[in-house]
Parts: sequence; structure tokens; C-alpha cells
Amino acid sequence: MNTTELLYAYAVTQDAGDLGEALETVTGVAGEPVRAVRQAGLAALAGPVPAAGFDEAALRASLEDLGWLERTARAHQRVVDAAAAAAPCVLPLRLATVYRDEDGLRRMLTERGQHLRAALGRLDGRCEWGVKVYTLPPRAAPAGPSAGAPPAPVRSGRDYLRRRAAERTTRREEEQRVDEAARTLHATLATLAEDTRLYPPQNPRLSRQPGRNVLNAAYLVPREQGPRFTDAVARLAEAAPADGVGVELTGPWAPYSFVTPAPP
Amino acid sequence: MTPDPVPPAGRIALVDLLDRLLAGGVVVAGDLTLSIAGVDLVRVDLRLLVGAVAATLPAAPGKELPP
Repeated sequence: MNTTELLYAYAVTQDAGDLGEALETVTGVAGEPVRAVRQAGLAALAGPVPAAGFDEAALRASLEDLGWLERTARAHQRVVDAAAAAAPCVLPLRLATVYRDEDGLRRMLTERGQHLRAALGRLDGRCEWGVKVYTLPPRAAPAGPSAGAPPAPVRSGRDYLRRRAAERTTRREEEQRVDEAARTLHATLATLAEDTRLYPPQNPRLSRQPGRNVLNAAYLVPREQGPRFTDAVARLAEAAPADGVGVELTGPWAPYSFVTPAPP
Repeated sequence: MTPDPVPPAGRIALVDLLDRLLAGGVVVAGDLTLSIAGVDLVRVDLRLLVGAVAATLPAAPGKELPP
């Protein structure tokens, strides 16, 4: 066993034979060449990485380094994308899946073969699209009879309390409207998708979005129906600002979010 | 004129990538595997920052938005 190198695995596909060309030009998380390790009718895409950077202790430390995380995640995604361009279906592996050697990777393919083949069959010809809904900054001129007029002077404690209560009501109504808009949008898109997943709202520190993230969803869509789905998103995005929200589309992604079937 | 909501290729936001790479993807466990699931990734700071380590929720249309 080579103790100075480990094998970083990116994705699993059917062993269809012609992946070599697609992988020729792509490099992995350590700048290494990526090859297909074939076993049990499956091909795992993997590349040798230095043990010093990818053993358990190193990973524990690195995973807390956002710079490392970004470089590694982007490299991982590059390999998945290259494979997705050449294979009908690619199952991405979770970030930082590392084997001691090729035997370990082959053993995984044998042991998990049935599960992996089932997932490849289920996801064949499907893409994932991501849709996020954010609140937009409050509009400059609030609607209502007093729009544009300066607020009436506060004459008493009762005036003050009344105004505070009205502000609270407005805020609550605004939030309800936004949540309702996100719910309706999700329901509409779900009818165009075979499956959906909801992610937790994104942290604004990472997303750099000023608004509140009220929907962070993934949709599984047959590849040939992609245009229908993205057209629907574009129409919803056009109408969304009227409800105080903005819509963001990402994709097409390899089906990261759907590798595990939804529980019944 | 509504701008195309699809971002230009190659400009994937890190946060979207991390959602998928830390909470999605196949988790293969085994005695020779070190994966994020087994590494008990993250101390509190990264978990707060990324917000994606929690398992994704299954979704049925229309009634299960996060509160």
C-alpha cells in the first residue's frame, strides 16, 4: 500500500467506456489527473492526492478553512461537470470522499453496486435545477392612503403606541405575503419537476444577498424538459418583484440533491 | 425586459456549491472511506456559515416551506 498517496473519488457513472477523453483535460482537487476505476459495471472517477493533505487529520483541519473549501469544492465540481458532459448520468459523491487505494474504491463499488446502479437508473437523463427566492429591499414609497405624506406628528403616548402597532402589522403582512409568494412559486415549479428537495435558507454572509432567503430548493427535471422549466422560472421571476421577492436560478446541476430517494 | 435568471457558466456561487457538495452527493461509508459524513465536519463556526450540513428535507409540493 502506498502510504503517501490517497485516492480522492468524485463521482460514479455507468462503465460506458468513453469517459477517458472527457477526463483527459480536467484536473482534480490536488491538480492531479483523474481516471476511471472500473468495477462491477460501474466507473468511479478518482485521482491520486497527497496523504499529507487529505488524510483524516488534514481534512478535519482543512474543512474549516473556507479558502480550502472553495478551491476543493470548485475542483470537485469541475470533475463532475466534465464527466456529466460525457456520460448520460453521473452520481456525484459527497465532498472529500477519500480511499486509501484503488482496492478500497473497488470494494465500495462492489458492495454498493446495487444501490448505485438503482440511483443511476432512477436519475438517468435528469438534471437538477436550483431556485432561490429572496426578499427585495422594502419599496421606497409604501402603499396606502398616507403614501408620500410625512407622518403625522405624535401627539400622545396613545398615538405612539398606535403607530408602533400599525408598523408591526405592516411588517407581519409583508412577511406573510413573501412566504405565500415563495410557497406558490415552489408549488408551481414542483408540478414541472419529478422530485424536489428543500435546503435550509442560505446564510447571507456566504450568499452576499441583502434579502432574506425564503426558498432554497432543488428540482429534478428530465433533460429534454429543461427549457420548459427554465421558461417557467423566468416568467415567475418577472412577476416576483410585485410580491416583494426576487428569484434566482442555478443549473443545470448533476443531480447532487437527489442521489438518495425521497423517503415515502 | 427581465434579465435571464441563469447565471453565466463558470460563475457558480460558492454557497450553492456547498449546499450540494456538503449536504448532497452520494455518501459512501466503509472502513477505508473518509467522507464528510464520517469526519463529523465542522465546528460551530463553519456550520453556522455554511448552513448546509443539515440533511435536506424531503419536499411535497406546497406545504412544507421552512418556517
